[in-house]
Amino acid sequence: MKMSKLSDLEGHEDRVWNVAWNPSGTILASCGGDKSIRLWGLEGGSWVCKSVLLDGHQRTVRGVSWSPCGRYLASSSFDGTTCIWRRQDDTFESCATLEGHENEVKACGWSPSGRFLATCSRDKTVWIWEVGEDEEFECASVQTCHSQDVKKVLWHPDRDELASASYDNTIRFFCEEVDDWQCYCTLDKHASTVWGLSFGPGPEPQLASCAADGSVYVWGTKGDRRSWELCGTLERHPRPVYDVSWCRTRGFLATACGDNAVRVFVKDGGDCSWRLGCTLTQAHSQDVNSVSWSPTGGLLASAGDDGYVRLWQID
Amino acid sequence: MVRNDGLDNLAPSTYERAKDRETTAEELDDSIEDEIDAREIFDHLRSINDPEHPLTLEELNVIDKNHITVDPEQMMIRVDFRPTIPHCSMATLIGLAIRVQLLRRLPPTFKVDVRILPGTHVSEVAINKQLDDKERVAAALENSHLLQVVNRCLVPR
Repeated sequence: MKMSKLSDLEGHEDRVWNVAWNPSGTILASCGGDKSIRLWGLEGGSWVCKSVLLDGHQRTVRGVSWSPCGRYLASSSFDGTTCIWRRQDDTFESCATLEGHENEVKACGWSPSGRFLATCSRDKTVWIWEVGEDEEFECASVQTCHSQDVKKVLWHPDRDELASASYDNTIRFFCEEVDDWQCYCTLDKHASTVWGLSFGPGPEPQLASCAADGSVYVWGTKGDRRSWELCGTLERHPRPVYDVSWCRTRGFLATACGDNAVRVFVKDGGDCSWRLGCTLTQAHSQDVNSVSWSPTGGLLASAGDDGYVRLWQID
Repeated sequence: MVRNDGLDNLAPSTYERAKDRETTAEELDDSIEDEIDAREIFDHLRSINDPEHPLTLEELNVIDKNHITVDPEQMMIRVDFRPTIPHCSMATLIGLAIRVQLLRRLPPTFKVDVRILPGTHVSEVAINKQLDDKERVAAALENSHLLQVVNRCLVPR
């Protein structure tokens, strides 16, 4: 397997924390320490910055997430708020600001039905917001089972079930019961901060997770779809792994590491064995914070502390 | 009489300062590229002020050259620091000051690890984890009050 660089996307004036593709794979959103969100798209055969959203946040924008319909973008910030942006062609307008977390909001994510948005924070909580009509967001639940800073929230690709990852070294799963949300499973095999999560392809997708000690694990369910267990381990990375992205069309698993490299792993025969497909050494000149496969497959976006967003393609 | 105004360590031991680095002829020659070494890192850190005493980290023996490792090839630097007492409540702040100083003084491509010298603090695991978490360090540096406190440690007296 061979990957090559397609594009250098330059524009952020500080480290880039996160990248996210819209559902059709036509727009890439990025955000970072310069408090801005940038939207990148194809124009005349090359990727360019289509717009910059500057007025939403007072501090670092840590995470971005698209609604499944592609019409809304959520952004979470160290300023404690989450902004909702409505897309109209190439322009984006802020239509709601969600407040409530006590401090930095680390990540946000939309549920596959579009009914819910989750946010998580250094205040150790996960909030689940119900998306009403007329762009109104109402807090449906505040989950307090993590004992530390919550780094990441990610919804199951097909069900309104949520996974979260934390500085307390655990991953937790939440689902909606009769009248409230509850934590139904806790995974505690990582020995340090869990930074990233990504679901794989298939009808009962597995979950990949990555941690500060360089470990990357793969979890799955058997029979009872709510009992998650460890079913695979990837090669240990030399520095913290800040993000992981599992391509849902082709099955490749990409990791973003603090040693400046992006690695792509492929399944090796059986269900649980992985081998390194390729390593993009010095993908960035500093830590790589985020990786994301385009929904249509083949394109990988990465973002780093060096302020660059880069696009890679499989040859 | 000993004045007790809430200091952690009322009477810390002090240590002699190292002599200034002797500049060699090679170092003065601009055509030779000098690799960063432990002594250079030490010189960036030695004058950092202790948050509560009018003394530097060098004078309190919180840092010394022997616990600084530099790998120029891998662009990696590791600084192990020794809190003056095993339950020092200032240890995280001191580690943060060391980290910020190196962030400002070194090229951004260096990987810097700041750790408690093993066995010298009761909460070393928790403090190391906080200092290792670049996201929390970034958030801390956006907090103007905390940044002021850190800057006070970094401005030479």
